[in-house]
Amino acid sequence: MRCSIASLMLSLALAGPAAAGEPAPAREAELRNLLIQDCGSCHGLQMRGGLGPALLPANLDERPDAMLVATILHGRHGTAMPAWRALLSEEDARWMVRALRQGVGQ
Amino acid sequence: MNRVLSALLLSLAVGPAIAEMRGTGDLALVIERASGTVQVVETSGNTSLARVAGLGDLSHASAVFSRDGRYAYVFGRDGGLSKVDLLQQRLVGRVMQAGNSIGGAISQDGRLVAVSNYEPGGVRVFDADTLELVADIPAEYAPGKLSKVVGLVDAPGQRFVFSLWEPGEIWIADFSDRARPQVRRFTDIGRNPYDALLTPDGRHYIAGLFGEDGLALLDLWDLDAGVRRILPGYGRGEERLPVYKMPHLEGWAVANGHAFFPAIGRHEVLVVDTTRWVEVGRIAVHGQPVFVMARPDGRHLWVNFALPDNDTVQVIDTLSLAVIRTLKPGKAILHMEFEPRGEEVWLSVRDEDRLAVYDTITFTPRTTLPAHTPSGIFMSARAHRSGL
Repeated sequence: MRCSIASLMLSLALAGPAAAGEPAPAREAELRNLLIQDCGSCHGLQMRGGLGPALLPANLDERPDAMLVATILHGRHGTAMPAWRALLSEEDARWMVRALRQGVGQ
Repeated sequence: MNRVLSALLLSLAVGPAIAEMRGTGDLALVIERASGTVQVVETSGNTSLARVAGLGDLSHASAVFSRDGRYAYVFGRDGGLSKVDLLQQRLVGRVMQAGNSIGGAISQDGRLVAVSNYEPGGVRVFDADTLELVADIPAEYAPGKLSKVVGLVDAPGQRFVFSLWEPGEIWIADFSDRARPQVRRFTDIGRNPYDALLTPDGRHYIAGLFGEDGLALLDLWDLDAGVRRILPGYGRGEERLPVYKMPHLEGWAVANGHAFFPAIGRHEVLVVDTTRWVEVGRIAVHGQPVFVMARPDGRHLWVNFALPDNDTVQVIDTLSLAVIRTLKPGKAILHMEFEPRGEEVWLSVRDEDRLAVYDTITFTPRTTLPAHTPSGIFMSARAHRSGL
């Protein structure tokens, strides 16, 4: 058992570049829940909008990743969108943008 | 023959029809936001009676009750208005009335159900029996511009009162003459009202402002006095914390002539004198308050919090204005609803897929019930209160 965990950890470590910048699976589950349930409070559980705008893949087509990541981390002044940087890393925000582009919540 | 008949009558008399007769005064509806379902629960034995499916997207859903307490009207995010029979525990009506909705209200006489919509921005009013459209009130604040509508409540005199997020306005729609509703508009009430409440006597409508520190107060007994700003600048110009969840104004507490409100972007509950409507204190709390709910007798307030503090609930004594308990009921406490006489309070523990029922004297958990990502809990006793 201990051996297999060690080899698993080794293989994860060796996976290197592919794994870099990806949140751990447990973190991904937290982020997915946060995205659907908490972001969903304003943007809708199905991302069809609410107090905040719809975040369906088609709504994001023309928005570059960097702009969306910056919006998540720093908020949008003059709107109800808060800065999430106290709770989310840049890596987390990138994962969320990818999830939104894949149609999370649909 | 006679004996057979009387035996038959006896068996009918004690049969299932009698066993199933019950009132609705101890029933409640629980929103299961992610699965588009609601649970019907009862608060005498704290059990679940049924799950009703097919209500659509229930993010931020809420419910009001018919005056006989039998039917719940559920307002879904996707614009669905659903009518649930609490006794037969099934969906008996449903209309898709808009693209995106936020809440609703039922009129004083129970005949009209109003829904506040984000898309298209405005209020639509339906017949409570048939769910047929009675009136459409677009929130057109400038030519061609519709506002999102928030803070919709019913008020005495067959009125609905609501706030417009974009322009910062309060409107009153008077349905005394159902065929010809009259709308009165109050402009320049403050930036971005986010929610509102009606005092239990139906007199004061108070909208919280997101775009500035303060609240907007309208005295429905004296409309010509207009909207008054209260608690202006309560943030003292300090930069507010990021607001990860909009507070809700719904629970209303009055004790010793004080009312209590969540502060926006601050770890504080604001205390207001209800005769002069000025701030008389503030209570430091664990996080940013979302709901500040009064136990029905007004002696205690239960407060829940926005991320990252949504695992905590605090209890405030309204006499001493002190926090007397800090509870950790579970992950993501979204809502709290007191039983009508206040001996127990139901909590939604969203991220643990359960409801927790607490004793409000000992502050200990009594029951836990499974529920899919529960959010709002609505007791049928709301049927008899204005503004809920």
